Amino acid sequence: MVTPTRKKERIDQLARSAAEPADKGADTGVSLAASAWRRLRRNPVFLFGAGIILVFVLGAILSPWLAPYDPAERMLADQVVKARNVIPPAQPGHPLGGDDQGRDFLSRLIVGSQQTLLVGVCATLIGLAGGMVLGTLAGATAGWVDSAVMRTVDVMLSIPGILLAVSIAALFPKPGLYTVIIAVSMVQVPVFARLLRGSMLAQRASDHVLAARALGVKRKSIVFRHMLPNSLGPVIVQSTLVLALAIIDAAALSFLGLGNPDDNTPEWGQMLGNAQGVIDSHPNLAFWPAGCIIVVALGFTLVGESLRDALDPKNRR
Amino acid sequence: MPLLAVQDLTVVFQRKGEEAFTAVDEVSFDVEPGQTVGLVGESGCGKSVTSLAIMGLLPSRGARVSGSVRFEGTELLELSDRQMRDRRGRDLGMVFQDPLSSLNPVVPIGIQVTEVLERHRGMPRKRAMREAEDLLRRVGIPDPRRRLTEYPHQLSGGMRQRALIAIALACRPRLLIADEPTTALDVTIQAQILALLAELVADTGTALIMITHDLGVIAGLCDEVNVLYAGRVVERGPRHQLFAAPRHPYTYGLLSSIPRLDAPRGQRLVPIRGSITDNIPWSTGCAFAPRCPRRVDACVEVTPVLDDHEGRLLRCHNPVPVTEEAAVPS
Repeated sequence: MVTPTRKKERIDQLARSAAEPADKGADTGVSLAASAWRRLRRNPVFLFGAGIILVFVLGAILSPWLAPYDPAERMLADQVVKARNVIPPAQPGHPLGGDDQGRDFLSRLIVGSQQTLLVGVCATLIGLAGGMVLGTLAGATAGWVDSAVMRTVDVMLSIPGILLAVSIAALFPKPGLYTVIIAVSMVQVPVFARLLRGSMLAQRASDHVLAARALGVKRKSIVFRHMLPNSLGPVIVQSTLVLALAIIDAAALSFLGLGNPDDNTPEWGQMLGNAQGVIDSHPNLAFWPAGCIIVVALGFTLVGESLRDALDPKNRR
Repeated sequence: MPLLAVQDLTVVFQRKGEEAFTAVDEVSFDVEPGQTVGLVGESGCGKSVTSLAIMGLLPSRGARVSGSVRFEGTELLELSDRQMRDRRGRDLGMVFQDPLSSLNPVVPIGIQVTEVLERHRGMPRKRAMREAEDLLRRVGIPDPRRRLTEYPHQLSGGMRQRALIAIALACRPRLLIADEPTTALDVTIQAQILALLAELVADTGTALIMITHDLGVIAGLCDEVNVLYAGRVVERGPRHQLFAAPRHPYTYGLLSSIPRLDAPRGQRLVPIRGSITDNIPWSTGCAFAPRCPRRVDACVEVTPVLDDHEGRLLRCHNPVPVTEEAAVPS
């Protein structure tokens, strides 16, 4: 209906008709997340890590059905001789033997994944939430609010992570699952806060934020539409890496006796702690939970690393 | 009354414990409604800082802005942050150099266009989307409806710059500042974008401040040209006069360093010797003196003032005579 009178329009019309057939397969409106996913799908490292996580998460969810026995039942108690350090060995029906109280070790290992993963995920989410609030506050305001928040964060960062977690866990009168989650998440808050503030500051100096300011966009939109979404990439990556760390930290707390005191709901770190007395004669009791922790942590780390590559703007086409 | 009157605009950058640096030094110029004014100069001469100072986008810490910037009689430098925010995007628009980094990579084009419309014209999202489609069509983006849902990395460089121009013009500002809008584009796209700018400016009656180091851009677009050197205006005149007979040795040098189609075969280009860092403070003489082929003793002793030389404003003790052959035919 529009007659292309002007040269510019004619050129564009030409370009459009020429581009049309080739454009059919082009993806319109592909978001950053979608294009990152396209790259991830073909990345063997990501697939391997995601496979590990999937296996363990499914195992944790299905553990009541997967575990052959009740993890709290002392079914092999008659084979335990405390004084001589005799612990039930592997035998038909109990491929990994029993623990020092005669409970089926395989069942405890499978059911233990529940608590361990729960602590890891919850601690990461809480740490992420806290870190995002502080990081956004600091990155968006600058000035004295920023300084106040960041100095607090620096103080927290200056204390070694596990020491901080132990001190926080020790603040609670009764150790338990929640004290572990809170202690581990508090350690991660400053990490997330600092990371997010850093990338928010980088965004603040970026051209598109300057362009948005030149359009008179309100500060709230600048922070939440222009700065925050662009700063999330490193934070997402960090959270997958932190998941691995949180699992290790939680295990360490249990190992140190600051975890869930209820011996009947198993947890890998706690199993590891129980094994330390007999590690000379029965290294297998330490081997399995430690191995599980390492493999899960590896899975999350691999996913984190490949996410980092996929979200890297330099790879963006 | 001019649309924009810049009077003795001075920007001094100062960090604690360091020497102050004057990036823009008493720059004055007027922009009439609908007029296109060029600011030319090489990197570091204060072009971009001037534009950021007009827009009120310089950081409040570390940069001291003085002088006066009057927009339709309102002193912009005295407005509060909030008042200035209301004017930016509505009365004053700006187009930046690099179209890719000036667009938010994680937000679809459509949202970025409607954002201004919602902010300044209070449009509901739906109407703003229709308006955005019209805007994209007006700047010559084919298939605008589809482009609205796309992300900046899916557009070509020229298309991104068109989108940025659409955003800057969305609220029909009366003044548009274009800061090197074609530098990041290749030559064929440059020409298209310049033609588009010229057309839009003519259609909407928007005044335009064109900031560039590229005299070719100025030649095709500007009514009046200001040549900046080391933070000061050294020559100002109507485009045709300035190109036909550059008087300041710096302008003359800039023009003779550009290849010309009508130059005799084998003729070498004449570069300006040295770099912009080889200057002396304006307070002791002419900042261009160390690089100037027409330097006289006065140049390093007396600060030149911006004077009227036969209808041309010049800051020079020994200007290029008018009789000398024109550098570029108008």
